[in-house]
Amino acid sequence: MNASRRQEFKALFEPKGVVVAGVSTHPGKFGYVALHNILSCGYKGAVAATNRDGSSVLGVATVADIEYLPNDMYDLVFVCTPASANLELLEACARKGITAAFITSAGYGEAGVSGREAEAHLVARASELGILLAGPNGQGIVSTPSSLCAQIVAPFPPAGKIAIASQSGNFVSSFLNLAKATGVGISRAVSAGNAASVGIVDYLEFYAEDPETAVSLAYLEGVSDGRALFERLGAISAKKPLVILKGGSTSGGAKAAASHTGSLAADDRIFDGMCRQAGVVRADTVEDAFEAAATFATQPRVRGPRTMIVTTAGGWGVVTADAITRSDLTLASLGDDLHSAIDAKLPPRWSRNNPIDLAGGETRDTIPEVLELVARDPQVDAIVYLGLGIQSNQARLMRNGPFYPDYGLERIVAYHERQDARFAQAADEISRRYDKPILTASELAIADPDNAGPTAVRASGRLCYATADRAVRALEHLWRDSQYRARRGR
Amino acid sequence: MTTLSEAESKRRLSQFGITFLDERIATDPQGAIAAADAIGYPVVLKLSGDGIAHKTERGLVRLNLTTADAVREAATELLAMARDSDGDVEILVAPMVKGTRELIAGLVIDEQFGPCVMVGVGGIFAEAIADAQIRLAPLDRVDAEEMLEQLATQALLGEFRGEVAVDRDALCDVLLGLSALAASDNSIVSVDLNPLIVSPITGLAVAVDALVEIAP
Repeated sequence: MNASRRQEFKALFEPKGVVVAGVSTHPGKFGYVALHNILSCGYKGAVAATNRDGSSVLGVATVADIEYLPNDMYDLVFVCTPASANLELLEACARKGITAAFITSAGYGEAGVSGREAEAHLVARASELGILLAGPNGQGIVSTPSSLCAQIVAPFPPAGKIAIASQSGNFVSSFLNLAKATGVGISRAVSAGNAASVGIVDYLEFYAEDPETAVSLAYLEGVSDGRALFERLGAISAKKPLVILKGGSTSGGAKAAASHTGSLAADDRIFDGMCRQAGVVRADTVEDAFEAAATFATQPRVRGPRTMIVTTAGGWGVVTADAITRSDLTLASLGDDLHSAIDAKLPPRWSRNNPIDLAGGETRDTIPEVLELVARDPQVDAIVYLGLGIQSNQARLMRNGPFYPDYGLERIVAYHERQDARFAQAADEISRRYDKPILTASELAIADPDNAGPTAVRASGRLCYATADRAVRALEHLWRDSQYRARRGR
Repeated sequence: MTTLSEAESKRRLSQFGITFLDERIATDPQGAIAAADAIGYPVVLKLSGDGIAHKTERGLVRLNLTTADAVREAATELLAMARDSDGDVEILVAPMVKGTRELIAGLVIDEQFGPCVMVGVGGIFAEAIADAQIRLAPLDRVDAEEMLEQLATQALLGEFRGEVAVDRDALCDVLLGLSALAASDNSIVSVDLNPLIVSPITGLAVAVDALVEIAP
């Protein structure tokens, strides 16, 4: 991406000032919502708004026309005016030094022949005026480094390293909601709308060079120029991991995609092979996509497939071993050195195998110690850690019961919660120190997100996987990516 | 779109390092017997011609012929089955390959992605199993190796019921050959190597039939 193009995207994601065009006084209308969201989420740049009558909205004294605004104070316009007004609007914006526009207005390519014509005119005019045109018919953009929530929907996600580009606006919201729920944050997000001028891959090219972004996450429905897509995605993935969720991968889904975005169906086996060949991580479901991206954003790269399970509960270890065996990962073998080192710390009933099942033999420091012994073993590439939060779950029952804080309950509850928090911190710290992924999985992440274990995992910046299967799936994505790069000398 | 004869299809493919059986061409029963004698029994006889695309469906393949008499009889019958629309026909005499594992490979031109190389599990259940990998041409050896690695039916590629494992390197050569063909000749519409029979002794996947379609 050349410097001037990058500058245009900067105006979109890091504007010095934003004008919201077409702000309504009605709190249910998009223009009002957009202004509300920009003002409410901490954006520090200049904000102005236009309103037909020049009414004050949310304490902002609006102007009836862009003409009344100062020059060169704003570089992004967020457009909520009707399609018919937008050509003139863009011209006025250009005179004020605005270089990027996000168009939410509908009535373009999705609206029949006349809409397609209007869209072509809009694209041509923006290009003449040197304005980057995002949308139309999109929900907006999010950019956490600028505390910018320029969208007509919620939520504003926590800050992080995942950048999102989506052909469907509601998928942006889904991913942002998942970011909020898991605490694994977002750098940028955009709903490309009709992508009349700037397409999904254009955004991904910006993200690939964006220092705020570690991994990109895209939702795609259609493929227009498959060959060019392949070349460009390959160049993007060479710089950073790229996760794609593709809609319309079955004949039923393809029919739905045709009526949603007018997308042409691609032969899914070819699309899948293209992803493998371009080094794109292809996800199957919304949560698979988000969790893959979250794993790239928060875990070190994995150097091999050998995975050790550390668990305080036997059954979980068994199903996780099944999941690993079904995947491209392998069960790490428990070498003699590791075996005797763990033996010295546990009563004899521990599993003596992978899964390392502590079988209730652990004392105060066993879990951090065993995690460290396993992480430093050169025959282990990654760890899945199970059992976090069990004691805090009991602590919650005690805390909410009729006997608390008497009968010694206060002390034991505090101890359990402290321990679970400590284990999560140890998993994070040991993972960093040995530069190996340690994935913690517990359904308490969903069942009781306030449990001290999952809470501490979130506080460490990592994802607490809702099930071990999902942790294994995410780790498999990580391994495939590493393998792809290693085989191609990247 | 033109369909090349099996013999011509194989000739083109062999320019890209794809190897075929020691196959001979005969024009009459006597020539077929001479070819069979030279190759060694048992043999397979097929009627080949530019207009012939679906030999099996038309009964134009005779398998496992063990004697000169059987070859004479089969050759006579096959020649008699030729239709005017078949154009010039000839008889292919090939060694009979026995192997229980069948694969398919080929080239397709996708509307959106252009030429693509395919490899998959063949045989009578191929459609039901639907285990195939596709990559965009041109591909490199790493891509080809990953195609084989990512086939779901790995058990079929390893040692299998007393037969040796598939020679993956040689099979990658076939996929790379298809890729090179696509890169050098943009008149190709499709290539179908079906089946590739895996030799139980050498593990080589040998294409016993080949069909190339070209744009007119």
